[in-house]
Amino acid sequence: MEKHSFGLEPITCHAWNKNRTQVAVSANSQEVDIYEKKGTSWNKKYTLGEHTQRVTSIDWAANSNRIVTCGSDRNAYVWSLNGNDEWKPSLVILRINRAATCVRWSPKENKFAVGSGARLVSICYFEDDNDWWVSKHIKKPIRSTVTTLDWHPNNMLLACGSTDFKVRVFSAYVKDIETKPSSNTWGTKMPFGVCLKEFGGGGGWVHSVSFDKIGDRLAWCGHDSTLTVVNGASDFALGHCVMKTLPCLTLQWMGPSTIIAAGHDCELMRFRVDDKTKITFEGKVSVAQKKSAGTVSAMAMFKNLDKRATADDDSKKASVHQNSINQLFIHTGEKEAIAKLSSVGMDGQMVIWNQSSLEASLGNMKI
Amino acid sequence: MSKSTSTTIFRKVNIDEFDENNYQDEVVEADQVAVPAEEEIERLLNSKKNVDALQLLLRNAPITSKNQVDKDKAHQLVIRVLTMFKASEVGDAVNSLDSNSIDILMKYIYREFAAPSEKSASVCLTWHEKVYAVGGVGSIIRVLTDRKGV
Repeated sequence: MEKHSFGLEPITCHAWNKNRTQVAVSANSQEVDIYEKKGTSWNKKYTLGEHTQRVTSIDWAANSNRIVTCGSDRNAYVWSLNGNDEWKPSLVILRINRAATCVRWSPKENKFAVGSGARLVSICYFEDDNDWWVSKHIKKPIRSTVTTLDWHPNNMLLACGSTDFKVRVFSAYVKDIETKPSSNTWGTKMPFGVCLKEFGGGGGWVHSVSFDKIGDRLAWCGHDSTLTVVNGASDFALGHCVMKTLPCLTLQWMGPSTIIAAGHDCELMRFRVDDKTKITFEGKVSVAQKKSAGTVSAMAMFKNLDKRATADDDSKKASVHQNSINQLFIHTGEKEAIAKLSSVGMDGQMVIWNQSSLEASLGNMKI
Repeated sequence: MSKSTSTTIFRKVNIDEFDENNYQDEVVEADQVAVPAEEEIERLLNSKKNVDALQLLLRNAPITSKNQVDKDKAHQLVIRVLTMFKASEVGDAVNSLDSNSIDILMKYIYREFAAPSEKSASVCLTWHEKVYAVGGVGSIIRVLTDRKGV
């Protein structure tokens, strides 16, 4: 496990480059900073400043080495590195009147999706004729802010979660730039923008959605402290896990039957999904290393007694992250075969978890 | 020229009503759950089957109902049943409930907290402690987020 602190400001989102030498983070501001690893420290290499309001989401296309960012200023920019080692932005015409909330490149990196508070998803692709990024809207039947997006591995389908408590799977097939998709578990006919499936009925905003590796299962977590998995391969059977903890904000498929989720509880939690989509909570990952009480010096004790009227200094949480975890990102590996996972949180920290630390609290069980 | 006016009535107009894209809560079909009759609960309480009475009420809670009278009645019955327990029996009773019932019970407890009577407040605190031990903060979160109130 590696820890790094980028300061006191909460980190809203982060994304890695292809070989994981650089990371783009936004510390709750209108700027995106790109840090490069030098030895054990992280040095700021570039600052991407084009947004005029808070950046809400970043995604870095691994193969084409382009960054897309979106923000509360209702804009999205695609950044590419030019010959002079500078990141140059190009504006994307999103045509929205509310903040953009989340952005994700499609697996083939020929388009990306932007969710927004305008109750719609913009599917953006590059139009060669006009030399700019244009967007198509998916509007119906979204009835509230889109909070999270995930692409199906076939590059055509898009899962989106929103604050109307619903998770929907849309077709994002753009006729102009790609060939007709073949039918799959989620549907047979896929004209652009059609809502293939809708799930809901939970009581909370959806915070994160994720397809599994082949795209048959879809997992999401909501603000009612639940985690749900739907299995398209077995007649869309729903598995539901009601948690005892605070809600999760983000999740990733760690292995074929393991999901790692994290959020307001400040700790990573592992869930087991069996074949019938039954979900069980396995345990917390980041088991703490709390300082033993014996090491407190007399000086520190009296200082604390004076300042806080208590002998022990309990201001530090036992978990690694000291505040809510905002985002989990696959550092090494891929969906269902994650070797390293990075997490960022409101405490300004980025933590990279390796497999052994993720498996640690599992005892001898293998993922 | 605009005329100055002392009327403030226009400030109270809910402009969101005129926005056709305005978000409205989904209309949920009210399940046909009949709130258990008072006599039934009374009978169970008289024969010392407090746990059965509680389970019966929580299973048939009118959470999707729009009838406030039904909801109030169910709430009164639940609180009445809760006060019948001895403090030492509360833990066992909570352990006999499934997770769905735990969430619903937590909703009833918080509803009572909102407008407690002299007697129920301390009873509810005892129950809250035990329900929290089983349901964790998650069940409190669901009291706050769920649109299907009791």
